[in-house]
Amino acid sequence: MEAVNLMLWTFDTLLGLGLLWVAWRTLACADLFKGIVLFVAFGLLMALAWVRLDAPDIALAEAAIGAGVTGALLMAALARLRASETDEGSAGQLGSEGSDAEPSQWLPVVILLVVAAGLGHALLSLPPEAVGLGAEIAAHLDISGVSNPVTAVLLNFRGYDTLLEMVVLFVALLGVWSLGREIEQGASAPGPVLDTLARILAPVLILVAAYLLWVGAHAPGGAFQAGSVLGAAGLLLLLAGWRPRADLTARPLRLALVAGPGTFVAVAVVTLLTGAWLLEFPPKHAGTLILILEATATLSIGVTLAALFLGGRPRHDQELR
Amino acid sequence: MMPSDCISAALLIAGGIFFLAGTFGLLRFPDVYTRLHALTKADNVGLGLMVAGLALQAESWAVVGKLLLIWLLVLLAGASVAHLVAGQALRTGTRPWKR
Amino acid sequence: MNTAFLYALVGVGLFSLGLYALIVHAHLLRKILAINVMGSGVFLVLVALARRSRDAPPDAVPQAMVITGIVVAVSATALALTLMLKLSGETGRAELPDDRRN
Repeated sequence: MEAVNLMLWTFDTLLGLGLLWVAWRTLACADLFKGIVLFVAFGLLMALAWVRLDAPDIALAEAAIGAGVTGALLMAALARLRASETDEGSAGQLGSEGSDAEPSQWLPVVILLVVAAGLGHALLSLPPEAVGLGAEIAAHLDISGVSNPVTAVLLNFRGYDTLLEMVVLFVALLGVWSLGREIEQGASAPGPVLDTLARILAPVLILVAAYLLWVGAHAPGGAFQAGSVLGAAGLLLLLAGWRPRADLTARPLRLALVAGPGTFVAVAVVTLLTGAWLLEFPPKHAGTLILILEATATLSIGVTLAALFLGGRPRHDQELR
Repeated sequence: MMPSDCISAALLIAGGIFFLAGTFGLLRFPDVYTRLHALTKADNVGLGLMVAGLALQAESWAVVGKLLLIWLLVLLAGASVAHLVAGQALRTGTRPWKR
Repeated sequence: MNTAFLYALVGVGLFSLGLYALIVHAHLLRKILAINVMGSGVFLVLVALARRSRDAPPDAVPQAMVITGIVVAVSATALALTLMLKLSGETGRAELPDDRRN
């Protein structure tokens, strides 16, 4: 099997060098649009690296969130930035985006080399065997309610981290909403191709999200991957010009946003009240609880990601009486 | 190696060659429209060959169905995005390359 | 040195590249791109170090932490982009006032 090992080594080396090179080109590109496109490509190469590191759940999340949603957010921000600069007629607007790093500055390069050398040395002086929790997780997998170890860790063993993460996502949306109204899209109606694409793909994406949610119990998948696919469906609809009706943006939107973190907090409080430790699920009901938590989390994550794309409070937001 | 493995390997390599050809076109063609042409055509065929090669290795027909769905979705997305990019390029005034 | 160390070193390289770009560039969108690259580097180091021992089953705790990290990174990026757009709307340029070169 020496030939296979050699081929895998070559692949890993090429992928590693490719990652470094694409990252350098992303950050050093003169044109920001090119840089963002390269960033999306960087995200997809990272997904390959995750597969090589035996982490298919992370690969799914990176491809959907890291490359897809982040790329869409960056592109939208660049377009709005350029639109606002054109309105003000600021002179030399292309120059203001340019990479204005003076190459004669040696101090950042020295910092870069020192940091890289220090971290690399610390890395290589680690013991060659990792003492991890893999064996522990495998031993307790049967009481967790699912058979995918990553889902078990995310939703059961380290459920507290996931609870806090849902709240972080929610707080980020609150921050974006507190900064102003939705940024008006001065666009014309979408052409027939984009319109048809959105109509065909949105139901398919919802179906794929439900599939990823269900399959996450025993195969790579789960709430975050499903939520990001749902968010992508929302992004596609928003890009095609769809906006929710006025009566949907008041209470239903807020309910959908709060469903994920709210259910998590409710379950946490119930576990405390019944005398168990925080978020300790009884093994008989663990599978059902995890499914409920994942379902509400998927809905919240999807709606939050789509709402973040809008860039502010929805236009037709009614004041709640 | 079983004959299905050989056929799989041949299909995967052929798909890789098509991807390589598409990337070569992306790098060497003179303007947006010709690059889109090379990219969408070569990549779709390349992905189709790779999906065929992987379908031979699948354990069940459900997996083959999912692979086909992936290919169809990429086809749909690729064609639509190529149309949108070309339309935007036309609107902003990029003129097609003439010899 | 097996492939896990290779990916960990790539992660260190990405972190350093991102740090350099964060320090050197003044435009806020470039800084946000740099922070995302730094985050990807950190995630690579985390998971690659957990894969050092090839015989053990894949350790799911760093993988769960990285999935959490990816979602937190996207929400932080969204907030940072909105702040950048607000700043650009108020001052006309997407740079912090004390970073201006002219």
